[in-house]
Amino acid sequence: MKPARFDYAAPGSLAEAVTLLAQSGEDEAKILAGGQSLMPLLNMRLARPQLLVDVSGLAELDYIREQGAGLAIGAMTTKRALEQSELVKRRQPLLHAATVLIGHPQIRNRGTIGGSMAQADPAAEYPAVALAMDAELVVQGPDGERCIKAEDFFVTYLTTALEPAEILSEVRVPELPAGTGWSFREVARRHGDFAVAGAAVTLRLEAGRCADTRIVVFGVGDRALRVDEAEQLVDGEAPTSGLFERAGTKLSEVIEEPLSDLHASADYRRDLARVLTQRGLAEAASRAS
Amino acid sequence: MTMARQVRMTVNGAACEGLAEPRTTLADFLRGELELTGTHVGCEHGVCGVCTVLLDGRAIRSCLMLAVQADGADVTTVEGLAEPDGKLHPIQEAFVEEHGLQCGYCTPGFLMAICELLESNPSPSDEEIKDVLGGQICRCTGYQSILRSVHSAAAKLGGGRSATGA
Repeated sequence: MKPARFDYAAPGSLAEAVTLLAQSGEDEAKILAGGQSLMPLLNMRLARPQLLVDVSGLAELDYIREQGAGLAIGAMTTKRALEQSELVKRRQPLLHAATVLIGHPQIRNRGTIGGSMAQADPAAEYPAVALAMDAELVVQGPDGERCIKAEDFFVTYLTTALEPAEILSEVRVPELPAGTGWSFREVARRHGDFAVAGAAVTLRLEAGRCADTRIVVFGVGDRALRVDEAEQLVDGEAPTSGLFERAGTKLSEVIEEPLSDLHASADYRRDLARVLTQRGLAEAASRAS
Repeated sequence: MTMARQVRMTVNGAACEGLAEPRTTLADFLRGELELTGTHVGCEHGVCGVCTVLLDGRAIRSCLMLAVQADGADVTTVEGLAEPDGKLHPIQEAFVEEHGLQCGYCTPGFLMAICELLESNPSPSDEEIKDVLGGQICRCTGYQSILRSVHSAAAKLGGGRSATGA
């Protein structure tokens, strides 16, 4: 339970960090953010990088800014800072609700939004938030900056669209359009554990009918999944419990076989996805106007 | 670069320095290099919470941080709680009075996590306390007496609510 040997560098700027990564061979270097996922992997020697590039101290990546009607969040902003931000509470209630479900204050004090996004754990909350909110992820690499939509960023289990020498620098979360209702729910064995399954939902009501419905489930696939088939079933219909039940059932039928492990069987995860979708839709509708 | 390097930090108000390889965790540095063995080590992957210390006033897992990352930081460990003459900190007193510990192995982590809680929120509700205690594992006392200890400590420190959170 002690890490294997590695070199350590704490570059003084993002540009310096990118240069260091570019000089390292593929798979040689790992980026250390808040360390709440990487450090356990190092301690258990499941990760054995030759070099750790520590970006956790980069003040230039630690900010929460208004950007138009949305928020631009520096990748090294801690979950604790997001939890305690009045701006986030007021402008991004779904992000706030997801944040307080992550671990405990002792973990949120170090864990960062960028670290969670780049780690891309299929049961993690933030990738689901990014998909539900249609967030964009800003990435810095040797060839400059690029902006990746959440739906293109998360590729599969612990894998993102990040190239080896690229660093996630900012998460841009657009505003929730006026009148949009939202819900963020998960089931975990104990408070603070990774979710067995969860669902993030947003929708609007237009002349008494559901519109712009977004349904994202997590913990049930190789990454957080947006499920179009269930969304299409809801849009244009009156918000009734029968409709939400049908949408939950549809979702549970169209998702691929979920993971089966000691925490839950595939069938149980599929059923959780169904129920959480149904309840999430009802909650979002009750908050919509 | 994998070789040990000099690391300096303030621990419990005193300037300290020692040698740490990059791979040395803050927990092992405190225990092995600074000989502050009050910080315990349990699961070493951030789950049990026994290694919790304050880093610049925030409760963090010292097993999930490298000593070299804490260079220049202000660290408080359980050794920093009691007065120099041995008089216990109010949180420690409350643990003694309310049976907040039994074997004591997990206690340093609980004390440090509760330190941050009561510093930022002098009158926490049951729910707010449980959000913090949920990140610390105790296998003998049971959590009810620890919950009572936190309420009692809050009252000793001048805040506090009744045990029902009212």
